[in-house]
Amino acid sequence: MIGLLSDFQSFLAVYPQKWPSWSYDITRAVVVTLKITAGAFALGLVIGLVVAIGRLSPRKSVRRMATVYVEITRGVPSLVILFLLYFGLVPLGIALDAVPAAILGLGISSGGYIAEIFRAGIEATHRGQREAGLTVGMSSFQIYRFIIIPQATRIALPPLVNMLITVLKDSSLASLISAPEIMLRAKDISSTDFLPLHIFLLVGVIYCLLALPLSLVARVMERKMFAGLGARL
Amino acid sequence: MAETKTLLKIEGLRKHFGALNVLNGVDLSLGQSKKLVLIGPSGSGKTTLLRCINHLEVPNAGHIYLDGELIGEERRGDRILRASASKLASQRREMGFVFQNFYLWPHLTVLENVALGPWRVQRLARKDAMTLAETMLEKVHMAHKRNEYPERLSGGQQQRIGIARALAQQPKVMLFDEPTSALDPELVGEVLGVIQELAAEGRSMVMVTHEIRFARDVADEIVFMDGGVVVESGSPAEVIDNPRHERTQRFLGQLRVG
Repeated sequence: MIGLLSDFQSFLAVYPQKWPSWSYDITRAVVVTLKITAGAFALGLVIGLVVAIGRLSPRKSVRRMATVYVEITRGVPSLVILFLLYFGLVPLGIALDAVPAAILGLGISSGGYIAEIFRAGIEATHRGQREAGLTVGMSSFQIYRFIIIPQATRIALPPLVNMLITVLKDSSLASLISAPEIMLRAKDISSTDFLPLHIFLLVGVIYCLLALPLSLVARVMERKMFAGLGARL
Repeated sequence: MAETKTLLKIEGLRKHFGALNVLNGVDLSLGQSKKLVLIGPSGSGKTTLLRCINHLEVPNAGHIYLDGELIGEERRGDRILRASASKLASQRREMGFVFQNFYLWPHLTVLENVALGPWRVQRLARKDAMTLAETMLEKVHMAHKRNEYPERLSGGQQQRIGIARALAQQPKVMLFDEPTSALDPELVGEVLGVIQELAAEGRSMVMVTHEIRFARDVADEIVFMDGGVVVESGSPAEVIDNPRHERTQRFLGQLRVG
Protein backbone atom coordinates (compact mmCIF):
# COMPACT_ATOMS: atom_id res chain seq x y z
CA MET A 1 0.00 0.00 0.00
CA ILE A 2 2.75 2.38 1.01
CA GLY A 3 4.75 1.16 -1.99
CA LEU A 4 1.89 2.01 -4.37
CA LEU A 5 1.51 5.43 -2.85
CA SER A 6 5.20 6.24 -3.20
CA ASP A 7 5.12 4.93 -6.79
CA PHE A 8 2.28 7.31 -7.47
CA GLN A 9 4.16 10.20 -5.89
CA SER A 10 7.23 9.53 -7.98
CA PHE A 11 4.97 9.25 -11.04
CA LEU A 12 3.55 12.71 -10.34
CA ALA A 13 6.99 14.11 -9.61
CA VAL A 14 7.86 13.78 -13.29
CA TYR A 15 5.42 16.54 -14.24
CA PRO A 16 7.10 19.47 -12.45
CA GLN A 17 10.43 18.25 -13.78
CA LYS A 18 9.32 18.01 -17.39
CA TRP A 19 6.78 20.82 -17.61
CA PRO A 20 9.33 23.59 -18.35
CA SER A 21 10.46 21.77 -21.51
CA TRP A 22 6.86 20.90 -22.56
CA SER A 23 5.03 24.08 -21.69
CA TYR A 24 5.96 26.14 -24.73
CA ASP A 25 4.87 23.51 -27.29
CA ILE A 26 1.76 22.50 -25.41
CA THR A 27 0.38 25.98 -24.77
CA ARG A 28 0.90 26.88 -28.43
CA ALA A 29 -0.79 23.63 -29.41
CA VAL A 30 -3.77 24.44 -27.17
CA VAL A 31 -4.16 27.72 -29.03
CA VAL A 32 -4.14 25.90 -32.38
CA THR A 33 -6.71 23.39 -31.11
CA LEU A 34 -8.99 26.23 -29.99
CA LYS A 35 -8.50 27.99 -33.30
CA ILE A 36 -9.47 24.89 -35.29
CA THR A 37 -12.46 24.25 -33.00
CA ALA A 38 -13.77 27.80 -33.16
CA GLY A 39 -13.23 28.11 -36.90
CA ALA A 40 -14.79 24.75 -37.71
CA PHE A 41 -17.78 25.35 -35.44
CA ALA A 42 -18.41 28.82 -36.88
CA LEU A 43 -18.28 27.42 -40.40
CA GLY A 44 -20.53 24.55 -39.28
CA LEU A 45 -23.10 27.03 -37.92
CA VAL A 46 -23.25 28.92 -41.20
CA ILE A 47 -23.48 25.75 -43.28
CA GLY A 48 -25.97 24.28 -40.80
CA LEU A 49 -28.31 27.26 -40.93
CA VAL A 50 -28.29 27.36 -44.73
CA VAL A 51 -28.84 23.60 -45.03
CA ALA A 52 -31.59 23.60 -42.37
CA ILE A 53 -33.48 26.31 -44.24
CA GLY A 54 -32.93 24.26 -47.40
CA ARG A 55 -34.40 21.18 -45.70
CA LEU A 56 -37.56 23.16 -44.89
CA SER A 57 -37.81 24.83 -48.28
CA PRO A 58 -41.10 24.54 -50.17
CA ARG A 59 -39.06 23.69 -53.30
CA LYS A 60 -38.44 20.00 -53.73
CA SER A 61 -35.10 20.33 -55.56
CA VAL A 62 -33.69 22.49 -52.76
CA ARG A 63 -34.96 20.07 -50.13
CA ARG A 64 -33.34 17.17 -51.93
CA MET A 65 -29.96 18.89 -52.24
CA ALA A 66 -29.98 19.71 -48.53
CA THR A 67 -30.91 16.12 -47.65
CA VAL A 68 -28.08 14.77 -49.79
CA TYR A 69 -25.64 17.05 -47.99
CA VAL A 70 -26.80 15.87 -44.58
CA GLU A 71 -26.65 12.19 -45.55
CA ILE A 72 -23.15 12.50 -47.04
CA THR A 73 -21.67 14.33 -44.06
CA ARG A 74 -23.37 11.88 -41.71
CA GLY A 75 -22.08 8.84 -43.59
CA VAL A 76 -18.50 9.87 -44.38
CA PRO A 77 -16.02 9.85 -41.47
CA SER A 78 -14.52 13.26 -40.67
CA LEU A 79 -11.05 11.79 -41.11
CA VAL A 80 -11.85 10.81 -44.70
CA ILE A 81 -12.99 14.39 -45.41
CA LEU A 82 -9.79 15.74 -43.85
CA PHE A 83 -7.61 13.43 -45.96
CA LEU A 84 -9.56 14.32 -49.11
CA LEU A 85 -9.02 18.02 -48.50
CA TYR A 86 -5.39 17.79 -47.41
CA PHE A 87 -3.98 15.01 -49.59
CA GLY A 88 -6.71 14.43 -52.14
CA LEU A 89 -6.70 17.91 -53.67
CA VAL A 90 -2.94 18.03 -54.24
CA PRO A 91 -3.06 16.26 -57.64
CA LEU A 92 -5.59 18.91 -58.68
CA GLY A 93 -3.04 21.60 -57.84
CA ILE A 94 -4.75 22.67 -54.61
CA ALA A 95 -2.44 22.40 -51.62
CA LEU A 96 -4.16 23.53 -48.44
CA ASP A 97 -2.24 24.20 -45.25
CA ALA A 98 -3.02 21.82 -42.43
CA VAL A 99 -4.94 24.24 -40.17
CA PRO A 100 -7.21 25.69 -42.89
CA ALA A 101 -7.83 22.16 -44.18
CA ALA A 102 -8.79 21.05 -40.67
CA ILE A 103 -11.16 24.00 -40.20
CA LEU A 104 -12.75 23.40 -43.58
CA GLY A 105 -13.06 19.63 -43.13
CA LEU A 106 -14.46 19.69 -39.61
CA GLY A 107 -16.75 22.58 -40.55
CA ILE A 108 -18.15 20.64 -43.50
CA SER A 109 -18.79 17.53 -41.46
CA SER A 110 -20.24 19.30 -38.39
CA GLY A 111 -22.43 21.43 -40.71
CA GLY A 112 -24.58 18.40 -41.53
CA TYR A 113 -25.23 17.64 -37.87
CA ILE A 114 -25.84 21.27 -37.00
CA ALA A 115 -28.38 21.50 -39.83
CA GLU A 116 -30.32 18.66 -38.25
CA ILE A 117 -30.21 20.37 -34.85
CA PHE A 118 -31.59 23.60 -36.31
CA ARG A 119 -34.24 21.76 -38.29
CA ALA A 120 -35.39 19.80 -35.25
CA GLY A 121 -35.66 23.05 -33.30
CA ILE A 122 -37.76 24.73 -35.96
CA GLU A 123 -39.97 21.70 -36.44
CA ALA A 124 -40.44 21.21 -32.71
CA THR A 125 -42.33 24.48 -32.47
CA HIS A 126 -45.94 23.48 -32.75
CA ARG A 127 -48.03 24.35 -35.81
CA GLY A 128 -50.43 26.13 -33.48
CA GLN A 129 -47.71 28.60 -32.50
CA ARG A 130 -47.53 29.79 -36.07
CA GLU A 131 -51.31 29.88 -36.42
CA ALA A 132 -51.61 32.00 -33.30
CA GLY A 133 -49.22 34.45 -34.95
CA LEU A 134 -51.30 34.46 -38.12
CA THR A 135 -54.51 35.20 -36.21
CA VAL A 136 -53.10 38.31 -34.57
CA GLY A 137 -52.12 39.56 -38.03
CA MET A 138 -48.41 38.79 -38.20
CA SER A 139 -46.51 38.31 -41.45
CA SER A 140 -44.47 35.14 -42.04
CA PHE A 141 -41.31 37.08 -41.31
CA GLN A 142 -42.71 38.40 -38.00
CA ILE A 143 -43.80 34.89 -37.04
CA TYR A 144 -40.27 33.60 -37.64
CA ARG A 145 -38.70 36.51 -35.83
CA PHE A 146 -40.90 36.76 -32.74
CA ILE A 147 -42.24 33.23 -32.33
CA ILE A 148 -40.43 30.44 -34.19
CA ILE A 149 -36.78 31.50 -33.92
CA PRO A 150 -36.84 32.35 -30.18
CA GLN A 151 -38.41 28.98 -29.42
CA ALA A 152 -36.24 27.03 -31.87
CA THR A 153 -33.06 28.60 -30.48
CA ARG A 154 -33.90 27.54 -26.95
CA ILE A 155 -34.55 24.03 -28.12
CA ALA A 156 -31.37 23.93 -30.23
CA LEU A 157 -28.91 25.49 -27.76
CA PRO A 158 -28.11 22.48 -25.56
CA PRO A 159 -27.47 20.12 -28.51
CA LEU A 160 -25.43 22.86 -30.18
CA VAL A 161 -23.15 23.07 -27.15
CA ASN A 162 -22.78 19.29 -27.25
CA MET A 163 -21.84 19.61 -30.90
CA LEU A 164 -19.20 22.20 -30.02
CA ILE A 165 -17.66 19.72 -27.55
CA THR A 166 -17.68 17.04 -30.26
CA VAL A 167 -15.87 19.39 -32.65
CA LEU A 168 -13.31 20.15 -29.93
CA LYS A 169 -12.58 16.46 -29.50
CA ASP A 170 -12.63 15.74 -33.24
CA SER A 171 -10.03 18.46 -33.77
CA SER A 172 -7.52 15.87 -32.52
CA LEU A 173 -7.99 14.16 -35.91
CA ALA A 174 -6.16 17.12 -37.43
CA SER A 175 -2.94 15.68 -35.97
CA LEU A 176 -3.13 13.09 -38.76
CA ILE A 177 -2.80 15.81 -41.38
CA SER A 178 0.03 17.36 -39.30
CA ALA A 179 -1.82 20.38 -37.94
CA PRO A 180 0.29 21.48 -34.94
CA GLU A 181 -2.46 20.99 -32.36
CA ILE A 182 -2.43 19.26 -28.98
CA MET A 183 -2.46 15.67 -30.18
CA LEU A 184 0.34 16.11 -32.71
CA ARG A 185 2.59 17.83 -30.15
CA ALA A 186 1.82 15.10 -27.63
CA LYS A 187 2.94 12.43 -30.08
CA ASP A 188 6.13 14.40 -30.81
CA ILE A 189 6.92 14.73 -27.11
CA SER A 190 6.17 11.12 -26.30
CA SER A 191 8.51 9.92 -29.02
CA THR A 192 11.37 12.10 -27.81
CA ASP A 193 10.90 11.76 -24.03
CA PHE A 194 9.61 8.17 -23.92
CA LEU A 195 6.88 9.14 -21.43
CA PRO A 196 3.70 8.16 -23.32
CA LEU A 197 1.64 7.51 -20.18
CA HIS A 198 2.51 10.88 -18.70
CA ILE A 199 1.97 12.90 -21.81
CA PHE A 200 -1.28 11.30 -22.97
CA LEU A 201 -2.78 11.47 -19.49
CA LEU A 202 -1.93 15.16 -19.48
CA VAL A 203 -3.53 15.59 -22.91
CA GLY A 204 -6.69 13.86 -21.71
CA VAL A 205 -6.87 16.22 -18.76
CA ILE A 206 -6.36 19.25 -21.03
CA TYR A 207 -9.22 18.25 -23.39
CA CYS A 208 -11.41 17.57 -20.40
CA LEU A 209 -10.65 20.97 -18.87
CA LEU A 210 -11.46 22.67 -22.16
CA ALA A 211 -14.75 20.80 -22.50
CA LEU A 212 -15.86 21.10 -18.87
CA PRO A 213 -17.02 24.73 -18.90
CA LEU A 214 -18.98 24.02 -22.08
CA SER A 215 -20.70 21.04 -20.45
CA LEU A 216 -21.65 23.22 -17.51
CA VAL A 217 -23.07 25.87 -19.82
CA ALA A 218 -25.10 23.18 -21.63
CA ARG A 219 -26.50 21.86 -18.38
CA VAL A 220 -27.56 25.30 -17.15
CA MET A 221 -29.20 26.03 -20.49
CA GLU A 222 -31.06 22.75 -20.44
CA ARG A 223 -32.50 23.58 -17.04
CA LYS A 224 -33.47 27.06 -18.18
CA MET A 225 -35.10 25.69 -21.29
CA PHE A 226 -37.36 23.42 -19.29
CA ALA A 227 -38.26 26.27 -16.98
CA GLY A 228 -39.20 28.54 -19.86
CA LEU A 229 -40.74 26.24 -22.42
CA GLY A 230 -42.46 23.44 -20.61
CA ALA A 231 -42.97 19.84 -21.55
CA ARG A 232 -45.54 20.54 -24.20
CA LEU A 233 -42.92 21.53 -26.74
CA MET B 1 -86.60 42.22 -34.36
CA ALA B 2 -85.02 45.54 -35.19
CA GLU B 3 -82.97 45.76 -38.36
CA THR B 4 -79.22 45.40 -37.65
CA LYS B 5 -76.28 45.96 -39.91
CA THR B 6 -74.76 42.77 -41.34
CA LEU B 7 -71.19 42.41 -40.04
CA LEU B 8 -70.12 39.03 -41.34
CA LYS B 9 -71.45 37.29 -44.41
CA ILE B 10 -70.53 33.85 -45.70
CA GLU B 11 -71.61 32.82 -49.18
CA GLY B 12 -71.48 29.37 -50.76
CA LEU B 13 -68.47 28.24 -48.78
CA ARG B 14 -66.89 24.96 -49.85
CA LYS B 15 -63.79 23.25 -48.55
CA HIS B 16 -62.30 19.86 -49.19
CA PHE B 17 -59.13 18.19 -47.93
CA GLY B 18 -58.09 15.87 -50.73
CA ALA B 19 -61.06 13.68 -51.48
CA LEU B 20 -62.81 14.57 -48.23
CA ASN B 21 -65.52 17.19 -48.60
CA VAL B 22 -65.77 19.07 -45.34
CA LEU B 23 -67.92 22.04 -46.31
CA ASN B 24 -70.49 21.64 -49.02
CA GLY B 25 -71.86 25.11 -49.58
CA VAL B 26 -72.47 27.09 -46.42
CA ASP B 27 -74.29 30.45 -46.26
CA LEU B 28 -74.46 32.40 -43.03
CA SER B 29 -74.68 35.95 -41.85
CA LEU B 30 -74.05 37.66 -38.56
CA GLY B 31 -75.49 41.01 -37.54
CA GLN B 32 -73.55 43.64 -35.62
CA SER B 33 -73.36 42.75 -31.90
CA LYS B 34 -74.98 39.40 -32.50
CA LYS B 35 -73.88 36.05 -31.14
CA LEU B 36 -73.98 33.04 -33.39
CA VAL B 37 -73.29 29.57 -31.99
CA LEU B 38 -72.37 26.64 -34.22
CA ILE B 39 -73.29 23.21 -32.96
CA GLY B 40 -73.16 19.77 -34.52
CA PRO B 41 -71.47 16.37 -34.28
CA SER B 42 -67.69 16.16 -34.62
CA GLY B 43 -66.65 16.05 -38.25
CA SER B 44 -69.62 18.18 -39.26
CA GLY B 45 -67.36 21.01 -40.47
CA LYS B 46 -67.95 23.62 -37.74
CA THR B 47 -64.30 24.14 -36.90
CA THR B 48 -63.28 24.20 -40.56
CA LEU B 49 -65.96 26.80 -41.19
CA LEU B 50 -64.60 28.96 -38.39
CA ARG B 51 -61.03 28.56 -39.66
CA CYS B 52 -62.14 29.51 -43.17
CA ILE B 53 -63.58 32.79 -41.89
CA ASN B 54 -60.10 34.19 -41.21
CA HIS B 55 -58.45 32.08 -43.91
CA LEU B 56 -56.46 29.81 -41.62
CA GLU B 57 -57.92 27.39 -44.13
CA VAL B 58 -58.32 28.73 -47.63
CA PRO B 59 -61.79 27.93 -48.95
CA ASN B 60 -62.08 26.13 -52.30
CA ALA B 61 -65.15 28.10 -53.25
CA GLY B 62 -67.36 30.82 -51.84
CA HIS B 63 -66.70 34.20 -50.31
CA ILE B 64 -66.48 35.81 -46.90
CA TYR B 65 -67.29 39.45 -46.24
CA LEU B 66 -66.49 41.35 -43.06
CA ASP B 67 -68.11 44.76 -42.88
CA GLY B 68 -68.72 44.52 -46.62
CA GLU B 69 -65.06 43.83 -47.38
CA LEU B 70 -64.02 40.65 -49.16
CA ILE B 71 -61.72 38.57 -46.92
CA GLY B 72 -58.61 36.94 -48.38
CA GLU B 73 -59.54 37.97 -51.89
CA GLU B 74 -59.39 41.06 -54.05
CA ARG B 75 -61.62 42.21 -56.85
CA ARG B 76 -59.73 43.20 -60.00
CA GLY B 77 -62.23 44.42 -62.54
CA ASP B 78 -64.64 41.52 -62.85
CA ARG B 79 -62.18 38.93 -61.58
CA ILE B 80 -61.58 37.86 -57.99
CA LEU B 81 -57.99 37.00 -57.03
CA ARG B 82 -56.22 35.87 -53.87
CA ALA B 83 -55.37 38.84 -51.68
CA SER B 84 -51.74 39.68 -50.94
CA ALA B 85 -50.23 38.28 -47.75
CA SER B 86 -50.05 41.71 -46.14
CA LYS B 87 -53.68 42.50 -46.98
CA LEU B 88 -54.80 39.19 -45.51
CA ALA B 89 -52.68 39.78 -42.40
CA SER B 90 -54.33 43.13 -41.76
CA GLN B 91 -57.76 41.58 -42.33
CA ARG B 92 -57.02 38.83 -39.84
CA ARG B 93 -56.30 41.51 -37.27
CA GLU B 94 -59.98 42.50 -37.48
CA MET B 95 -60.98 39.06 -36.22
CA GLY B 96 -60.01 37.73 -32.81
CA PHE B 97 -59.51 33.97 -32.83
CA VAL B 98 -59.56 31.77 -29.73
CA PHE B 99 -58.17 28.26 -30.14
CA GLN B 100 -59.36 25.10 -28.46
CA ASN B 101 -55.78 24.46 -27.28
CA PHE B 102 -55.01 28.11 -26.44
CA TYR B 103 -51.69 28.21 -28.34
CA LEU B 104 -50.19 30.78 -26.04
CA TRP B 105 -46.52 31.53 -26.76
CA PRO B 106 -44.52 29.67 -24.10
CA HIS B 107 -41.41 31.85 -24.36
CA LEU B 108 -43.32 35.02 -23.45
CA THR B 109 -44.91 36.09 -20.19
CA VAL B 110 -48.67 36.48 -19.90
CA LEU B 111 -48.42 40.23 -20.44
CA GLU B 112 -46.08 39.84 -23.42
CA ASN B 113 -48.42 37.29 -24.98
CA VAL B 114 -51.18 39.85 -24.98
CA ALA B 115 -48.98 42.85 -25.86
CA LEU B 116 -47.01 41.32 -28.74
CA GLY B 117 -49.72 41.88 -31.35
CA PRO B 118 -50.48 45.49 -30.38
CA TRP B 119 -46.77 46.27 -30.22
CA ARG B 120 -45.49 44.56 -33.36
CA VAL B 121 -48.56 44.33 -35.57
CA GLN B 122 -50.59 47.40 -34.64
CA ARG B 123 -47.30 49.24 -34.06
CA LEU B 124 -48.33 50.95 -30.84
CA ALA B 125 -45.54 52.34 -28.70
CA ARG B 126 -44.26 49.58 -26.43
CA LYS B 127 -45.62 51.32 -23.34
CA ASP B 128 -49.07 51.80 -24.88
CA ALA B 129 -49.13 48.16 -25.98
CA MET B 130 -48.38 47.09 -22.41
CA THR B 131 -51.11 49.35 -21.04
CA LEU B 132 -53.60 47.97 -23.54
CA ALA B 133 -52.56 44.43 -22.60
CA GLU B 134 -53.08 45.21 -18.90
CA THR B 135 -56.57 46.44 -19.63
CA MET B 136 -57.41 43.29 -21.56
CA LEU B 137 -56.00 41.09 -18.80
CA GLU B 138 -58.23 42.88 -16.30
CA LYS B 139 -61.22 42.10 -18.49
CA VAL B 140 -60.51 38.38 -18.18
CA HIS B 141 -59.53 38.72 -14.50
CA MET B 142 -55.95 37.67 -15.08
CA ALA B 143 -54.00 40.88 -14.46
CA HIS B 144 -52.50 39.42 -11.27
CA LYS B 145 -50.68 36.78 -13.35
CA ARG B 146 -49.14 39.25 -15.82
CA ASN B 147 -45.54 38.20 -15.15
CA GLU B 148 -46.07 34.44 -15.08
CA TYR B 149 -45.25 32.11 -17.95
CA PRO B 150 -48.28 30.38 -19.48
CA GLU B 151 -47.21 26.84 -18.57
CA ARG B 152 -47.53 27.67 -14.88
CA LEU B 153 -51.22 28.41 -15.25
CA SER B 154 -54.26 26.18 -15.34
CA GLY B 155 -56.03 25.47 -18.62
CA GLY B 156 -58.85 27.81 -17.69
CA GLN B 157 -56.42 30.62 -16.94
CA GLN B 158 -54.52 30.00 -20.17
CA GLN B 159 -57.71 30.15 -22.16
CA ARG B 160 -58.70 33.44 -20.54
CA ILE B 161 -55.32 34.83 -21.61
CA GLY B 162 -55.97 33.49 -25.11
CA ILE B 163 -59.17 35.52 -25.04
CA ALA B 164 -57.32 38.61 -23.80
CA ARG B 165 -54.78 38.24 -26.61
CA ALA B 166 -57.58 38.16 -29.17
CA LEU B 167 -59.34 41.13 -27.54
CA ALA B 168 -56.12 43.16 -27.71
CA GLN B 169 -56.42 43.10 -31.49
CA GLN B 170 -59.50 45.28 -30.99
CA PRO B 171 -61.33 43.05 -33.42
CA LYS B 172 -64.69 43.59 -35.06
CA VAL B 173 -65.70 40.02 -34.37
CA MET B 174 -64.53 37.29 -32.01
CA LEU B 175 -64.26 33.71 -33.26
CA PHE B 176 -64.21 30.97 -30.61
CA ASP B 177 -63.23 27.44 -31.64
CA GLU B 178 -64.49 25.10 -28.89
CA PRO B 179 -62.87 27.26 -26.21
CA THR B 180 -63.73 24.92 -23.34
CA SER B 181 -63.29 21.49 -24.97
CA ALA B 182 -59.69 21.05 -23.79
CA LEU B 183 -60.48 22.01 -20.20
CA ASP B 184 -61.08 19.95 -17.10
CA PRO B 185 -64.78 20.15 -16.21
CA GLU B 186 -64.22 22.32 -13.12
CA LEU B 187 -62.44 24.97 -15.23
CA VAL B 188 -65.12 25.36 -17.89
CA GLY B 189 -67.22 27.78 -15.85
CA GLU B 190 -64.60 30.52 -15.47
CA VAL B 191 -64.02 30.64 -19.25
CA LEU B 192 -67.70 30.63 -20.13
CA GLY B 193 -68.20 33.35 -17.52
CA VAL B 194 -65.68 35.59 -19.28
CA ILE B 195 -67.26 34.93 -22.68
CA GLN B 196 -70.66 35.75 -21.24
CA GLU B 197 -69.33 39.08 -19.95
CA LEU B 198 -68.00 39.88 -23.43
CA ALA B 199 -71.37 38.96 -24.93
CA ALA B 200 -73.05 41.32 -22.50
CA GLU B 201 -70.78 44.13 -23.71
CA GLY B 202 -72.38 43.75 -27.10
CA ARG B 203 -69.47 42.15 -28.92
CA SER B 204 -70.15 40.29 -32.13
CA MET B 205 -69.10 36.67 -31.94
CA VAL B 206 -69.18 33.31 -33.62
CA MET B 207 -68.59 30.33 -31.38
CA VAL B 208 -68.25 26.62 -31.92
CA THR B 209 -69.18 24.76 -28.74
CA HIS B 210 -70.70 21.66 -27.24
CA GLU B 211 -71.96 23.61 -24.21
CA ILE B 212 -75.62 23.57 -25.15
CA ARG B 213 -76.88 25.22 -22.00
CA PHE B 214 -74.44 28.09 -22.47
CA ALA B 215 -75.44 28.37 -26.13
CA ARG B 216 -79.07 28.71 -25.15
CA ASP B 217 -78.29 31.50 -22.68
CA VAL B 218 -76.00 33.55 -24.90
CA ALA B 219 -76.82 32.93 -28.55
CA ASP B 220 -79.03 35.07 -30.74
CA GLU B 221 -78.85 32.38 -33.36
CA ILE B 222 -78.02 28.70 -33.20
CA VAL B 223 -76.77 26.98 -36.34
CA PHE B 224 -76.82 23.19 -36.44
CA MET B 225 -74.39 21.70 -38.96
CA ASP B 226 -74.00 18.15 -40.15
CA GLY B 227 -72.17 16.69 -43.13
CA GLY B 228 -70.73 20.06 -44.14
CA VAL B 229 -74.04 21.86 -44.54
CA VAL B 230 -76.32 23.93 -42.36
CA VAL B 231 -79.17 21.62 -41.43
CA GLU B 232 -81.16 24.06 -39.39
CA SER B 233 -80.77 27.49 -37.86
CA GLY B 234 -82.82 29.85 -35.74
CA SER B 235 -83.24 31.16 -32.22
CA PRO B 236 -82.27 28.88 -29.29
CA ALA B 237 -85.97 28.39 -28.59
CA GLU B 238 -86.45 27.08 -32.11
CA VAL B 239 -83.35 24.95 -32.64
CA ILE B 240 -82.63 23.66 -29.15
CA ASP B 241 -86.10 23.39 -27.65
CA ASN B 242 -88.11 22.56 -30.76
CA PRO B 243 -85.78 21.16 -33.42
CA ARG B 244 -87.59 20.44 -36.67
CA HIS B 245 -85.05 18.17 -38.28
CA GLU B 246 -84.58 14.58 -37.31
CA ARG B 247 -80.76 14.94 -37.36
CA THR B 248 -80.90 17.88 -34.96
CA GLN B 249 -83.22 15.97 -32.65
CA ARG B 250 -80.91 12.95 -32.65
CA PHE B 251 -77.82 15.10 -31.93
CA LEU B 252 -79.46 16.95 -29.07
CA GLY B 253 -80.88 13.71 -27.72
CA GLN B 254 -77.42 12.15 -27.62
CA LEU B 255 -76.04 15.18 -25.76
CA ARG B 256 -78.75 14.93 -23.12
CA VAL B 257 -78.19 11.24 -22.57
CA GLY B 258 -74.40 11.67 -22.51
